[in-house]
Amino acid sequence: MSRKNNILSSNAFYTLISIVIGFIVGAILLSIAKINPLDAYKQLFNGVFGKPKFMVWCLIYAAPLIFTGLSVAFSFKTGVFNIGAEGQFVVGSLTACVLGILVKAPAIIHVPLCFIGAALAGGIWGAIVGVLKIKKGVNEVLSYIMFNWIAFYLSNFVVNLSIIHKDGGGEATKDIAATARILAPKSIIAATGASAANYGFILAIIFAVIVWFIINRTTLGFKLRAVGFSNTAAQYAGIDTGKSFLTAMAFSGALAGIGGAVQLMGMSGRISQFSGQEGYGFQGITVALIASSNPIACIFAGIFYGAMKYGGGKLSLVNAPAEVVDIIMGIIILFIAISSLFKNIFLNHGKKGAV
Amino acid sequence: MEVLIRNLGLLINAILIATPPLLLAALGSCFSERSGVVNIGIEGMMTIGAFMGACVAYFSGNGWLGFFVGGLSGAVLGVIHAIACIQFGADQTISGTAINFIGPGLAVFLCKAIFDNSSDSPALDTAAKLPKMFEGVFKSGSFGYNVFSTYSVAYLSFLLVLVVWFVFYKTKFGMHLRAVGEHPQACATLGVNVYLTRYICVILSGFLAGLGGAFVTLATVSQFRPAVIVGQGFIAIAAVIFGKFKPQGAFKACLLFGLCNGIKALLGAGNAVSPNLVSMIPYVVTILALVFVVGSTRVPAANGKPFLKAR
Repeated sequence: MSRKNNILSSNAFYTLISIVIGFIVGAILLSIAKINPLDAYKQLFNGVFGKPKFMVWCLIYAAPLIFTGLSVAFSFKTGVFNIGAEGQFVVGSLTACVLGILVKAPAIIHVPLCFIGAALAGGIWGAIVGVLKIKKGVNEVLSYIMFNWIAFYLSNFVVNLSIIHKDGGGEATKDIAATARILAPKSIIAATGASAANYGFILAIIFAVIVWFIINRTTLGFKLRAVGFSNTAAQYAGIDTGKSFLTAMAFSGALAGIGGAVQLMGMSGRISQFSGQEGYGFQGITVALIASSNPIACIFAGIFYGAMKYGGGKLSLVNAPAEVVDIIMGIIILFIAISSLFKNIFLNHGKKGAV
Repeated sequence: MEVLIRNLGLLINAILIATPPLLLAALGSCFSERSGVVNIGIEGMMTIGAFMGACVAYFSGNGWLGFFVGGLSGAVLGVIHAIACIQFGADQTISGTAINFIGPGLAVFLCKAIFDNSSDSPALDTAAKLPKMFEGVFKSGSFGYNVFSTYSVAYLSFLLVLVVWFVFYKTKFGMHLRAVGEHPQACATLGVNVYLTRYICVILSGFLAGLGGAFVTLATVSQFRPAVIVGQGFIAIAAVIFGKFKPQGAFKACLLFGLCNGIKALLGAGNAVSPNLVSMIPYVVTILALVFVVGSTRVPAANGKPFLKAR
């Protein structure tokens, strides 16, 4: 009996059900569009596991998503909802891009410089929202959304500046210097066959461990979690809640900013003009939700999303729209959000049974 | 002088095209937010409305039918958001984020499924778009032509502000919806059906957002493309905050933001003022409003908090 209750009250159980429901809804839509869902899912599966090269690509796709996932997960743990990871990711990527193009330095200086710049940019972008919340009582969800779009147009503005913009037209920046790239050695790229194999995924794992350590094993993390759990109780215990929120929001922003740098320095090497939001921040929300805000679980949730993104891109081979991935992911987080009610019902039910 | 008047006419014309989608979505957002349900899924609801509008108008040749079905498709997403937030007490921001995945995803998915794997729908004939008023009354290019020979929906959306204002402040339903957004427990004690009131408001917000999206494809752009809705939904939310969660305030904010978009459209590319900086204005202005008039920009008290009936 108690084992059954354990299952019914664990996050992983509901996440798994949500993922299954997501795929079922996706299958229904594919059938309506007269595409055999089994064919499509087989293609998705082969697109991910078919060759070692594909799996490497999934990890390349996963790296920035793990970072935005960590950013959102960290904010959840500290009682904030960082829906602004999108904007922090963009300013991080933009800062790394500008530094990567304009600064001339050997790799050993250039790479850390770009990362620090990106972390600072993302951190400041998040901290501004924090200051507005603490000093002026501005609802952070609203200002995060506004700052996402300010970052969006700021990036498009900077991309078109003549010193950054690619010579001879196009809608992208110049390529960043080779010294600012974090590509894997040529031998590894040749061995895996994935042209953008880079250190991003390894960095993501390191940062996941760091975030886990900060949250669970440091006084700072304890304070931040206390504030996230109960603002008033923490205040009563003598914790400066304002400072705590600010620290959490700045750190969360910095993580998203580094994610932007990883995407740029590892994968794309340049920024193109946006026609719509890239979505890394919002996908990070999904990663954090699937991982139940556990930093280590974010690695696996990030790989899952990365694989869905990469594999989804190949669905066109069976004439299935890749957008089915967006729909599946949307359904998954919708059901994870709904499941909190069921969990509470089962928990309360379990308690009654125990008395 | 003549040039000035002509340019003023062009600017008003641009405002009349840029404002209605924002205004329709913002009025919808007023309903939802004031009843206590945060709806950041407006963008996704507009996108599905934009596609369904264009698709139905393409096959039926009837712009009005497309416009209405666009609204209905937004309302369907509204139903999903409402069930998640009201029935199941889901986190409203997360549910809204989910809608923003599902809406645009579904729009492009259906577009590719229906239009032979193309993410753009075919261009609409003028006859299949929304109709313009006073066709042939004014000389083409004159001030009167620019101001009055435009889409009738533009003026109808302005009239809708009056209707919504009336509903909000002069009807029993309006009183209920404002009250359930402030203190749902008290309302429930007094016999107001909190769930039903919120359901109506959230579904209405989806319907109006869908209409706003459909206006973009049936008037401004005349086809669906994935990037046809870029931020209009979020500008609408910004307008509601800037307008202090009141329909009349949201109207003024939409006119201001419509002006920004109008200027951007007139400037075009490659001018002294970057269109990207102009695009930023609505968001920057909203942040400033939140910071400096924070006392008066009060969020409805129960906004974002699920209300679950005692079991």
